[in-house]
Amino acid sequence: MSEVVLSARGMTKAFPGTLALNEVDFDVHAGAVNVLIGENGAGKSTLMKILAGVEQPTLGTMTMAGETVSFGSIRDAGKHGIGIVFQELNLCPNLSVTENIFLGRDITRAGFHIDRAAQRARAAELIGRLEHDIDPDALVGDLMIGEQQIVEIAKALAEDARILIMDEPTSALSASEVEVLFKVIGELKRSGVAIIYISHRLEELIRIGDYFTVLRDGKLAATAPRADVTIPWIIEKMLGAGEVVAKRPPAIAAGAAILTVDNLSLPGRGHGLALDDVSVSFRTGEITAIYGLLGAGRTELFESLYGLRRNAKGSVRLDGAELGGHSITSRMKAGLLLVPEDRQRDGLLQNLSVGGNLGIASLRRFTKFFSISKAEEAPLLKQVIDQLRIKTAGPDAPITSLSGGNQQKVVIGKSLLTEPRVLLLDEPSRGIDIGAKAEVFSTMRDLADQGLCVVYTTSDLKETHAVADRILVMAYGRITADLRADEATDEALVRASTYKLEQSAA
Amino acid sequence: MSAATVSAKSGANGNQSALLLVLKLRTFIALIAVTLFFALMAPNFVSVANAIIISKHVAINAILAIGMTYVILTGGIDLSVGSIVGLTGMVAGGLLAHGLQLPMLGIIIYPNVLEVICIALLVGTAIGAINGLLVTKLGVAPFIATLGTLYVARGAALLLSGGSTFSNLVGKEELGNQGYPIIGSGNVLGIPVSVLILIVLALVAAYVAQRTPFGRKVYAVGGNERAAALSGVRVDRIKIAVYMISGFCAAVVGLIVSSQLVASHPASGETFELNAIAAAVLGGTSLSGGRGLIGGTIIGAFVIGVLSDGLVMMGVSEFWQMVIKGLVIIAAVVLDQLQRRLAANSRQG
Repeated sequence: MSEVVLSARGMTKAFPGTLALNEVDFDVHAGAVNVLIGENGAGKSTLMKILAGVEQPTLGTMTMAGETVSFGSIRDAGKHGIGIVFQELNLCPNLSVTENIFLGRDITRAGFHIDRAAQRARAAELIGRLEHDIDPDALVGDLMIGEQQIVEIAKALAEDARILIMDEPTSALSASEVEVLFKVIGELKRSGVAIIYISHRLEELIRIGDYFTVLRDGKLAATAPRADVTIPWIIEKMLGAGEVVAKRPPAIAAGAAILTVDNLSLPGRGHGLALDDVSVSFRTGEITAIYGLLGAGRTELFESLYGLRRNAKGSVRLDGAELGGHSITSRMKAGLLLVPEDRQRDGLLQNLSVGGNLGIASLRRFTKFFSISKAEEAPLLKQVIDQLRIKTAGPDAPITSLSGGNQQKVVIGKSLLTEPRVLLLDEPSRGIDIGAKAEVFSTMRDLADQGLCVVYTTSDLKETHAVADRILVMAYGRITADLRADEATDEALVRASTYKLEQSAA
Repeated sequence: MSAATVSAKSGANGNQSALLLVLKLRTFIALIAVTLFFALMAPNFVSVANAIIISKHVAINAILAIGMTYVILTGGIDLSVGSIVGLTGMVAGGLLAHGLQLPMLGIIIYPNVLEVICIALLVGTAIGAINGLLVTKLGVAPFIATLGTLYVARGAALLLSGGSTFSNLVGKEELGNQGYPIIGSGNVLGIPVSVLILIVLALVAAYVAQRTPFGRKVYAVGGNERAAALSGVRVDRIKIAVYMISGFCAAVVGLIVSSQLVASHPASGETFELNAIAAAVLGGTSLSGGRGLIGGTIIGAFVIGVLSDGLVMMGVSEFWQMVIKGLVIIAAVVLDQLQRRLAANSRQG
């Protein structure tokens, strides 16, 4: 057993009406990956926030090197050598990569003159250590989410943290970026850094975890070193029992092509093409997964289909009718709907209630004489809340009172209320737990069985097989494989996702 | 052992939720407090006549603030309303006093009062539409766009008369344009017409904000513009519409003010925009958009109105009045922040 750098005992956090954490003990081992697992709402985030000084415990003590410590703020925790990479990115989009990394602790000369050259060099070095070639002068707002995550990690590394908390660091990363991150984690471990790692991806945890702590309903469910841990063990401790995601056979055979894309191209940022002459069609009653690495063009494809990319060229037809030049609203009316990837930024209206969020895209359905009919709205909201099993006090509860997974379900529920015919889901499982994921996938199957055309993207190989009937692989703006799910092997998918690399290597 | 401590903690949370309620109702409580204070301090403050006078003063600011609240709810701001008050008053006054002059045809058309009202309202709404187009289609920041129209509209108002006043707007029997002063000075069942206009506009505005798809979309645009757009809300249309509403409300005030004075002065309405913003903010509208109620704005306007009139009746100097008004606005925003922090704490879990 390696040295314990931080030991938390009896951590309890009470909120009105609930105990988010109930007497949880947690040890952080130096030079090891300390995994924290649990369903959404199990208390992981609360525990993590307490360790990082974002929140203060109601009860409980923390000791470091024999001394009792308490963190009044995130800065306080930072002084004790605790750094954190948040799941929701905390970067200023209007500043450059370098400026973000050194935000609040600039390298200065004479105490006030910012030494830009030194900062830039250090930023480049940190990013180089993460095996990336992001320009240190690029604006963070111009980067893709995965790249922003790398910047966030570089920012935490810049503090020379002894304890580094990572909240779902891989949720936005592609397979190859995850490998890079794991290499970095290995390096940090060797230099004695304790890593607290939170993720929903079990196979990842099994790969890199050294000590496992499972939380359930705010209580400590189990704790064990790697040697005693298996995936079934984790699932059992998390849920009590159960299956990850059960694949159901489709109830109906795929029907006619409903969405047809011909020669769709989109100029990329700076140089090259984000979409390179894509032609494909999607059928009713069929679930299609689009697998690919970060920057492969999946999000760009969805956004072009949805009318968000004005400079996209090519033809998109829904049921034979050309959609080119149409607004988002008219595409929605035609039955095409996009569930965006970044729900905080693109999906949620933080100032409205759960019901307000669910109904905003389909107000027409319950409008009578220019006003919203509560009598017509209520049953529809109840139906979708029940259907997706959204855990909420009711449609009038503020959206911010929901956990991340339930917020994601609200974004999906909003789309369902519009009665779409083609549903595009961009990374629908990002940042949600196994239980919620299973429900989301099972909902997708139900929708396809009702004759919808469902298309989703994923960076997770496991998820490509979870529900899809057909798997497309994208790489460098092109579709490099189009396979039936039962014929698709992981090897074939990975090979197709790096198609261009192989070509240029040959 | 820990269970007892935890329940003690939730007892403290009971107090907290009471505090939260007080903070939520703070504008209303402030209105009652201010009224009680002046009832005790200022002689003759509590009387029907005085209530009517205060309501007439409040109506002007409150009507502007209704339009302003819509704009602020989308995350925008409208600085041009004061100038629109001036310009629409001048348009109405000019039409009543000198008619619509068409030199190339050599005729002068005298529209009747109803037509004058419609033209003035159209002018106000059109300037609002220009604000909206500048903000959406040309991407000018709302502050700058409406600052520009503030100057343009004020300049236009001055140009209409060369800087002088159109006075004695009573109309002439032979021209068929009499009756204009009724808007500002008339009464129905003892209630001033301007106050009736306020009541109708406030009810309609509150209903539209809370119970119609348009209102829901206004809140959505202010809460998260991108998410609203992805949900099929036509963000540009909503924004143009709120500036048009604001321009319309300003035109209504322009008519009321010039009718009350039976004259239109090109400088009328100066700094009105600031009072309207103050009323909205006092009433709990968030300048970052997405949060606020018409009812709150109306109460906010009444707090300001009662405060100014009460201080006048107490004989407090105009300079001190400004200081006090400023402090009240700052206090309102500080309390608003406090309420949001408490509310956020009490629902985490």
